Amino acid sequence: MSVAALRHRLASWEGAIFGLVVVSWVVASLTVDGFSDSSNLSFILIDVTEIAIMAITLTLVIIAAEIDLSVASTLGLSCAVIGYLWNAGWPIEQTFVVALCVGAVCGALNGFLVTKVGLPSLAVTIGTLALYRGLAYVIIGDKAIADFPPRYTGWATETIAGTPIPYSTLLVAVLAVIVGVLLHASPVGRAIYALGYNEEAARFAGVRVKRIKFWLFVASGVFSALAGIVYTLRFASARADNGQGLELAVVAAVLLGGVSIFGGRGTLPGVLAGVLLFGILRNALILADVSNEVLNFVTGVLLIISVLAPNLAGAIRRARSGRTPAIQATPAVSSANPTQ
Amino acid sequence: MISLLSLGVLFGKRGRRGHPTGHTITVALTAALASVALLVAGCGGTTKSDVKASGAPASSGAKANPNAPIKKGLKIAFLPKQINNPYFTIADKGGTDAVKELGGTGKEVGPSDASASSQVSYINTLMQQQQDAIVISANDPNAVAPSLKQAMGQGVKVVTYDSDAAPDARNLFINQASAEDLGRTEVQQIAKQIGNKGEIAILSATPNATNQNTWIKFMKDELTKPQYSGMKLVKVAYGNDDDQKSFTETQGLLKSYPNLKGIISPTTVGIAAAARYLSSSKYKGKVKLTGLGTPNQMRKFVKDGTVDAFELWNPADLGYLGAYAAAAISSGQISGAAGEKFKAGKLGEKTIGKNGEVLLGPPTVFNKDNIDNFNF
Repeated sequence: MSVAALRHRLASWEGAIFGLVVVSWVVASLTVDGFSDSSNLSFILIDVTEIAIMAITLTLVIIAAEIDLSVASTLGLSCAVIGYLWNAGWPIEQTFVVALCVGAVCGALNGFLVTKVGLPSLAVTIGTLALYRGLAYVIIGDKAIADFPPRYTGWATETIAGTPIPYSTLLVAVLAVIVGVLLHASPVGRAIYALGYNEEAARFAGVRVKRIKFWLFVASGVFSALAGIVYTLRFASARADNGQGLELAVVAAVLLGGVSIFGGRGTLPGVLAGVLLFGILRNALILADVSNEVLNFVTGVLLIISVLAPNLAGAIRRARSGRTPAIQATPAVSSANPTQ
Repeated sequence: MISLLSLGVLFGKRGRRGHPTGHTITVALTAALASVALLVAGCGGTTKSDVKASGAPASSGAKANPNAPIKKGLKIAFLPKQINNPYFTIADKGGTDAVKELGGTGKEVGPSDASASSQVSYINTLMQQQQDAIVISANDPNAVAPSLKQAMGQGVKVVTYDSDAAPDARNLFINQASAEDLGRTEVQQIAKQIGNKGEIAILSATPNATNQNTWIKFMKDELTKPQYSGMKLVKVAYGNDDDQKSFTETQGLLKSYPNLKGIISPTTVGIAAAARYLSSSKYKGKVKLTGLGTPNQMRKFVKDGTVDAFELWNPADLGYLGAYAAAAISSGQISGAAGEKFKAGKLGEKTIGKNGEVLLGPPTVFNKDNIDNFNF
């Protein structure tokens, strides 16, 4: 890698986020008691499992210049379905399959309304955010279903023997590799970047925009349902309010990871770093007895910075060079061209 | 997860082959999901009846020494359902004051939303901070259980207050009031207010609310005593803990039973709605109302004469007792077994009951003389 390329990488938002992860880790280890224990690392990783799973597919959705705000409600609905069926005497494994199918249907409804009916995804998924959560309440009301098999609940909270790595992180890693390869090393991935960057141009280049978007929503629904399975097992409790408000954390993590809210830009490793940064900050602040209001404040500030900073950086670069629009500096676009 | 893989494969296929028809994808996906479902169905699997709930409260293992001194410098953390909730602010203030009395450091931490699982990361960090004890009011008895067990495994003592966790995930539960105390004292209250004579009704929450029904059972039992022979329970109405429904149920009670003399509403929603109706009706001051309420919601009605007295436990004492219990078990004075006794400061000596429960004592009665001393 040439010096220039290295400098470019470091100057990129992903580079900055990786840097921030390292810096916040070091600072927290030095200043916060108990942060650097290996058991604390497990807590951080376990705590962000569901956020990470939902962020993986939301990354694709946002790169495709759409949004899915119904992820946490789909998670809640998945929990409700698992709880209801488990209570009715179904084997746990079958409830998982049904939950994943329900997630796929949720995603398909989003996808249908966006691609076939042509409604904006922001409006659609705000609607289904309320709809899916409401359905969850219809299914199990305000009950809490418990007594899940310890074999499974243990899996969701335990670490791989001899390491601080939780099993659930292993699941996240596998999913990330699969989706990462899909996004960064397959024609479909390049098509996603292309259509997110310029839908019109992508369509003329032969990318089947609507079909890809539809399946991205389905994938987002399935991943959210999977996050619901993990959530149910981790807390050994299925409730309709499971994961309420989590969509904000997911969106924050994705944007923090350098995905452009306008689509066409961002990487999965960046998003995973964003999720990790989110988890580290949260954990360190709680350990340092910082109150919850401040935590919410910090999340809000991070979200604004992550939206603002790339734009600011672009503006500065433009002001410096005087003419080149920031658009041409985007490497993702050029890599999206081979689909033509 | 397998269906996800199939999704991935489908995307991959799309890329290699170019443009498969939508039909192909749909068929492939459906087939993949269906085969997974069949596979799983064929395997049987684990059902609810295979899982037995674990029962007994956790024992701290160590042998108790009733004469052990309270350790100095104990770190005790209060983890309420929600911070900035006036009820818990008072309870935890009572608790941290008690910890200070005992020469330790107490603090209150917790989530700002009362959702089921938000307490878990706090439990984890408290364990990380090596607190001696966690005093927690569980948002969801099962959701917090795994991390509480983990904390106990690391030597942290766990005391629940206000709302219990699964019994095997805590050492002690500070019960704010026994069902029997609440049921009986509410009948005694209304009897005093109506002079032991006349028709009474109960305005409950939902027909299947376990706590409500237990209280009502003790109310009925209390009413069989000879001194209440002039009183008659004519109806148990259900307001579903919904303000509007409770309001109209009260209206209905007074219409159907013109001779009604008193109403007991053992729910904070019900009592407030009933008071609101009575205060604006001709029955104000004539039909008596008592039950469980909070001073802030009832203050207006006590002052305008609609309500003479109602009751609730004192949350500050609840936190106070939680702190003393946590200190006693952390110092080895008690192990959590039934029958053990410990000193709880101004509350006197307390005895551990069955299932590791410690009872706070009879509820506090609020009337116009003392209501201004309470703010929650």
